[in-house]
Amino acid sequence: MAESKQVIIDRLQQQILKIQGFKSGSQGQTIDFGLGGMTASFPNHIFPTAAIHEFLGTNLEDAAATGGFISALLAPLMRNGGPCLWISTSGKIFPPSLTPFGISPDRIIFIDLQKEKDVLWATEEALKCESLAAVITEIDEISFAQSRRLQLVIEKSRVTSFIIRKHAEKLSSTTAVARWKISSLPSEPVEGMPGLGFPRWAVELLKVKNGLTGRWTMEYSSGQFHPIQEEPEYIQETRKAV
Amino acid sequence: MKKRYMSIWFPTLLTDWIRIKRPALKALPLVFSDKEGNRMVITATSNEASGQGIQNGMPLADARAILPELEVIENQLHRAPKILRALGAWCIRYSPLVGIEQSDGLILDISGCAHLWGGEREYLREIVNRLRSSGYYVRAAIADTMGTAWAISRYGRISPIIKTGEEVNALLPLPPMALRLDQQVSQKLIKLGLSTVGSFITMPRSALRRRIGNQAMERIEQAVGQKEESFVPIQVPEPYSERLASMEPIRTRKGIELAIEKLLSELCKKLNKDGMGLRIATLQSFRVDGKILRSEIGTNSPSANVQHLFKLFELKIDQIEPKMGIELFTMEAEKVEELNPIQEAIWQSLQSMQDRQVSELLDRIAGKVGTAAIQRFLPQPYHWPERSIIKVASLKDPLPLPWRTDRLRPVQLLKVPEHIQVTAPIPDYPPMVFRYQGLTHQIKKADGPERIEREWWLDEGEHRDYYQVEDEHGKRYWLFRSGHYSSEKTSGWFIHGFFA
Repeated sequence: MAESKQVIIDRLQQQILKIQGFKSGSQGQTIDFGLGGMTASFPNHIFPTAAIHEFLGTNLEDAAATGGFISALLAPLMRNGGPCLWISTSGKIFPPSLTPFGISPDRIIFIDLQKEKDVLWATEEALKCESLAAVITEIDEISFAQSRRLQLVIEKSRVTSFIIRKHAEKLSSTTAVARWKISSLPSEPVEGMPGLGFPRWAVELLKVKNGLTGRWTMEYSSGQFHPIQEEPEYIQETRKAV
Repeated sequence: MKKRYMSIWFPTLLTDWIRIKRPALKALPLVFSDKEGNRMVITATSNEASGQGIQNGMPLADARAILPELEVIENQLHRAPKILRALGAWCIRYSPLVGIEQSDGLILDISGCAHLWGGEREYLREIVNRLRSSGYYVRAAIADTMGTAWAISRYGRISPIIKTGEEVNALLPLPPMALRLDQQVSQKLIKLGLSTVGSFITMPRSALRRRIGNQAMERIEQAVGQKEESFVPIQVPEPYSERLASMEPIRTRKGIELAIEKLLSELCKKLNKDGMGLRIATLQSFRVDGKILRSEIGTNSPSANVQHLFKLFELKIDQIEPKMGIELFTMEAEKVEELNPIQEAIWQSLQSMQDRQVSELLDRIAGKVGTAAIQRFLPQPYHWPERSIIKVASLKDPLPLPWRTDRLRPVQLLKVPEHIQVTAPIPDYPPMVFRYQGLTHQIKKADGPERIEREWWLDEGEHRDYYQVEDEHGKRYWLFRSGHYSSEKTSGWFIHGFFA
C-alpha cells in the first residue's frame, strides 16, 4: 500500500511539473553526475542540464571549492566532445589543478575580460553556441532581467550554464534552476596516513526550482563524488529565507 | 573592352591647397618658391599672380620687383605629391583605378563607371564641381586614350568629352605641347611653323620620326590610340574586393548594415567560387566630407560565411560615424586562405561542425574585446608553477605532453604569491599558525614539503618548499617557504593558492 502511495505521489508530481511548464533538461538521455542521493532534490530526480546553475563564491577559498565542484560536474558534460568556456575578469583558475576532477584543461577556453559588461555579453554569445559543453561565468552581480536573457538563449541552444556570483551580499533572484553554495570542510585523513585527505565539501542547495533544498557532505576522490550520507541535513534558517 | 580615361588637371594645386588651409590668403597674389641652385625660383603661382606676369621658373627677386605685395610661401614644393595622393585617394569613390600624372594631375580609368552617375557628362560635372567647391580649381576631360584626355584637360577649348574615334579631330587645333612632347621638341616644331597638331600629324610617319625622335613619336601614337598606355594606380585593387556606391548618403545604422550585408554576400560568392576563405577583411566607408573610415575584422580560420562575417562587422558598426552621410563602401579581403568547402559539405561531421561554431564564436569575442582575452593553456615541461603552463592562441594546437596528475595543485592560484606571517615550530616543519589578510588560521593538517627548485638556467633565486595545509575550518591552502631555513634571517613565507 505504501508503495502504491509513493507511485501515485510521484505521478501527481510529474503532472504538476508539466502544468508548471517545467521541461526536463535532456530529453531521452540523462547524464549521471554521480551526486548520489542528492539528485532526488531535483525535479524528476534528474540533474537539470541546459539550465542556469548559480553558485555563491564570495571569497577565494569558496571560489576554489566551487571551481573544483564545477569541474567535477563538467567531466560528464564534456565527455560528448564539446569544449567549454570559462569567462571571468580575474582569471585566477590554475588549469593543471582541474585534471584530478576528470577533465582535460586544454579543452577549456578561458576568456579573461576587463569589464563586467563584457562578461555578460560574452556569456550570452557563448550560450548561443550549441557546440559548447558548458559555459562557466564568474560575475559580480546579475539581475533578474539579465538572467532571463540568458535563459531564453539556453532554451534554444541547450547549453548548461554555471554562474559563479562573487557579490553575495545583495542576492537578486534569477532564473537559475538552482542556487548552490560550496564550501570546504575538514578532510578526513585516509586510513593510517598523515596529512590531508581527499577534498571534502559542504554542498548546499539554497534554492531549487520545483525541488527540495538541503545540505550534503561530499567527498571527491578517484574521479567521482562520494556522498557521505544519502539524506540531506536540512538547514532551517536558509529554508526560511528562501 | 573599350577603355575610357579621365584626366584631371590641377593648374594651381599648391596655391589652392594653402588657401584652403589658410583662408586669409584668398584673393592675394600668391607664389611658392623653392631653392634652385643658389637662387629662389618660383615654383607655383596663383591666378592673381600669373595675371600680373609672374610665371613659374622666374627668380623670386624679379617677381618681387613686379609685384612688391606678393605673398611668398617658401620650400613647400615637396607637398605636391602628397596632396595629389590624398586627392587621388578621394577620387577612388569615382573609380577604383586612380593614378598620378606628372606633378599636377590625376588620371582615372573610368571604363564602366560613368553610367553609375548617369552618363559621362554628369560624371565629369560631379567630379569637377565637387573639387571646385572644396577649393581646388580643376579642369578635366574624358577620352579614349590617356594622351588625348591629358591634352584636352590642359589645352582643350571646346568640349571636355571626346567621343570614341574623335581623338585626332579633337587634337588637331591644339599646340604641339598638348601631346606631352619634350619642351625642346615642341619648341622646334613651333619654330618650324608647325604650331598646331593638325599641321604635322598627317605627315608621313617615317619623315616625322626622323625629325622629332622615337620618344615623341611614341607620345603621338599613344594620344591617337595606336599604342597602348598604362598607369600605376595609387591603390592596387585587391582581387577580392567589392564596392557599393549609394545614391543618397547613408546615415542610419540600418543602411550601413544593409550595405555590409550586400558587400559581404558578393564577396563571399566570389570567395566560394574560388574555394577561398578570408582571414582579414577591411571595410572602408567614404564619407561625404571626404574622410575615409576603416574598419577591419579578422577571423581565426578562413571563412566565407556571410552570416558569420556580418556578425563580426556588426560589432564594428558602432565605430562608424556617418556624420553627414556615407556615399561609398568598399570591402576588401586583404588576406585569404584556402578553404575546403566541398569536403565540409560532404563530411559535415560533428567534430568539424563544432570546431567551426566554436571558432566563429571566438571570432566574435575577439572582434569585440581583442584576441588577448582568449586563452587556452597547455602543459609545459617545467615544475615551477608559473612556468608549468603556456598560453596558446590556437584551438588546434595539440597537447605536447600529458597533464601531470601526480601532484595536487590548487584550483585558485594567485598570480603573485603573497607574503604571510607564520609561526613554525622547527625547520622544515609546516607552520602551526599563519596570518593572511588580517585573519589567523590555525593549521590542523599539513602535507609537505614539496621542494620545487628554480630552473637556474632560466632565472635566479631561491627554491620553494611547498606545503598543503588545512585550517580549523577545513579551508585548504598552498603555502611555501622561500629558500632554506636559517637562524640568521627570518625566512619568507608566502601563500600561493587555494585548494578545492
